[in-house]
Amino acid sequence: MALRKRSLGVVAVITAAGLGLAACGQSSGGGGGGDTIELTITQNAIAGGKNAAAAQHITDWVIPKFEEAQKAKGKNVTVKFVPSGVDDEQYKTKLSLDLKSGKGADVIDLDGIWAGEFAEAGYIKPLSELVGPEADNWDGWAQIPEAVQGMTEFNGKRYALPIGTDGRVLYFNKNLFAKAGLPADWQPKSWQEIIDAGTKLKNAGVPVPIQINAGTAMGEATSMQGVLPLLAGAGGEVQKDGKWTGASQPLKDALGFYQKIYGGGLGDPKLQQEAKGRDKSFQQFAEGKIGILMEGDYFWRGVVNPKTGIAKMADRDQVVGYAMIPAIEPGKGIRGQDFVSMSGGALRTVNPNSKHPKEAFELAAFTLSPEALKEETKDGNVRITPRADVNKEILAGEPLLTYISEKVLPLTAYRPPVAVYPQVSVALQEATAAVVGGTSPDQAAADYQKKLEGIVGGAGNIAS
Amino acid sequence: MAQAISPPEVAAESGKERYSSDAAGLGKARAGVFMAPALLLIAAFLVFPALWVLYLGLTNYRLTGVAAAEPQFVGLDNLLDAASNPTFWSSTWLTVEFVLGSAVIGQVVLGFTIAWLLRDKRGPIKRVVEGLVILAWILPSAIVSFLWVALLDRDAGTLNALLGMPGMAWLLDHPMLSIIVFNTWRGTAFSMMLYGAALGNVPPSHLESARLAGASGWQQLRDVVFPHIRGHILTNLLLISLWTFNDFSPFLLTAGGPDGKSEVLAVHVYKVALQGGELGYGAAVSTIILLINLVVAVFYLRLLRSKK
Repeated sequence: MALRKRSLGVVAVITAAGLGLAACGQSSGGGGGGDTIELTITQNAIAGGKNAAAAQHITDWVIPKFEEAQKAKGKNVTVKFVPSGVDDEQYKTKLSLDLKSGKGADVIDLDGIWAGEFAEAGYIKPLSELVGPEADNWDGWAQIPEAVQGMTEFNGKRYALPIGTDGRVLYFNKNLFAKAGLPADWQPKSWQEIIDAGTKLKNAGVPVPIQINAGTAMGEATSMQGVLPLLAGAGGEVQKDGKWTGASQPLKDALGFYQKIYGGGLGDPKLQQEAKGRDKSFQQFAEGKIGILMEGDYFWRGVVNPKTGIAKMADRDQVVGYAMIPAIEPGKGIRGQDFVSMSGGALRTVNPNSKHPKEAFELAAFTLSPEALKEETKDGNVRITPRADVNKEILAGEPLLTYISEKVLPLTAYRPPVAVYPQVSVALQEATAAVVGGTSPDQAAADYQKKLEGIVGGAGNIAS
Repeated sequence: MAQAISPPEVAAESGKERYSSDAAGLGKARAGVFMAPALLLIAAFLVFPALWVLYLGLTNYRLTGVAAAEPQFVGLDNLLDAASNPTFWSSTWLTVEFVLGSAVIGQVVLGFTIAWLLRDKRGPIKRVVEGLVILAWILPSAIVSFLWVALLDRDAGTLNALLGMPGMAWLLDHPMLSIIVFNTWRGTAFSMMLYGAALGNVPPSHLESARLAGASGWQQLRDVVFPHIRGHILTNLLLISLWTFNDFSPFLLTAGGPDGKSEVLAVHVYKVALQGGELGYGAAVSTIILLINLVVAVFYLRLLRSKK
């Protein structure tokens, strides 16, 4: 009898475990039964952490207002925010795994540069197919500049709504500049002037005179706030007329600039290697240890923002200066420009796995309505929204963003909107890592070209 | 189910054999039914994924892009790519260093030493030492690695504060040493407990005779203790080698960096497959890891068997 009892116990345990596993397989997925429509919306934002203001805006304003508006139309909709507060690369991995397995939130945010590969994989669908004619009839399109609309398109079809755009500048610490005898309205006109300022800062005892992102640990931040603006400043583009740029002179110049900074003691090579190097560079800038830092307007809005930043600077408006990124020499940038920048932008779209694509689209469009954008950007959270009508109102009185929208955006450049770009970007990051680690720029450029051939399908796709 | 289990029919057969091969008396069919749920679980969650990885390794499957929607069969291309990829080889070599350094040398030697020193001890010292060692083992990885990052941090790390050498970047200048020491600290408890139990099996009379015969401490260890616990040592080596080989927690400390200098194979697979999106190539590397694990396991099992 004892034996029998024990066996039954084992069987019971195994059966229970089996049932438990089966149950796990069935749960999850955007639910919604009866009359209530349940929607979820996700962003790489989390209360108290990354993009805290955006997370707060969604939970405190968008969700209640949207539910209210739907109720007025006689629909019972509940919305849940799924927060996330990780590096962009990790967010991308999570998002693609979600979409691959047929799950994920109904409304998702993604970086504009992922659109191509996500579309090719079938993870996102053209809005007109998924949602219907409402998508193209959205009244917001009329307010969105063409360059920004372009980021939502892949192979001529619209896959998403644009959330906004951005631009890159050189930030500098005016206190440190004063100490080094540099002007508070600094505007370098060549790379040499950046190096000169760095040398003066170094002589004045600034621990890290210049921080320009390098290496693979910082991921896309190395490309966007590092090698790509430099490449543009040297007159190069990562892809031009369908051909990729290999070990060209502009790339060697850009890598040579890295060598001058990190080989010449003007930057901290270790910071580029650390797993949390970018966050640390933010911290160090806020603590007054970094003189010059190349970043996007996100840095102003989300990092050193005195209220909601992740490395708050109470005296940001007085201490942090900004300047356009110069070409290597005046007139030597892309299109013969004196100054350059790079722009990107995030997208918001409807998950093809959503059970309620129409309502999900309404939610996405609602977040980009003038009222929502004005609410989101008030109290010092101004950013460049996709809508010209909103920008006109909110940018006034925000010095940096007015500066970016008036001076930087007209001369900015965009990354090639092709699916293979992220892999090319990693190869570029590896080239900068090699130079920071002591490899010569020529060698690093040659290694980059070799990797590039493997990525883009042979030397035939590379401009000679 | 209750009727399916009949009373054991041992009485009739007990004369023929001293040990019945069917001790529970279930019969083959019923035993099979009895095992089926467990086997099904193993098939579904171990065998099938392993075969699936073998298959994926033969395709150009990607996390995103065209190859995510329509993967192509590429045969052995991924394996050949791995074989000609210097990063793969450096990862393999780093993994060997990691296993030898942290498991075979670190955990085994340290675990045995603690067990040996504590073998006759009783009371609070033993309990405190064992408690601390086991604590390092049972704490969740995420928490432990956060503590170690704080300990080894370049700017505000506890270790640099203690040593009075600010700015020493342990995780960047000595990434392998850092993760080896970390994993030794983390995993010693298992070896310590296993050897503690094994040493209890060494007959005190043998040790006593050796001592009377004038054997030194080392001679007692070599000629009395080791022969008794050889099986335990090999089993322990087998288990911790495999665990360490597949361990992912170094990622939480160094993320494989700087520039791949601590990118052990488990981290390498994560980086190429999930961060780089090359699922097919990642699966091929996983296949190689599986083969290496099999070779290691067979090697130890052979050694174990040769005892008898």
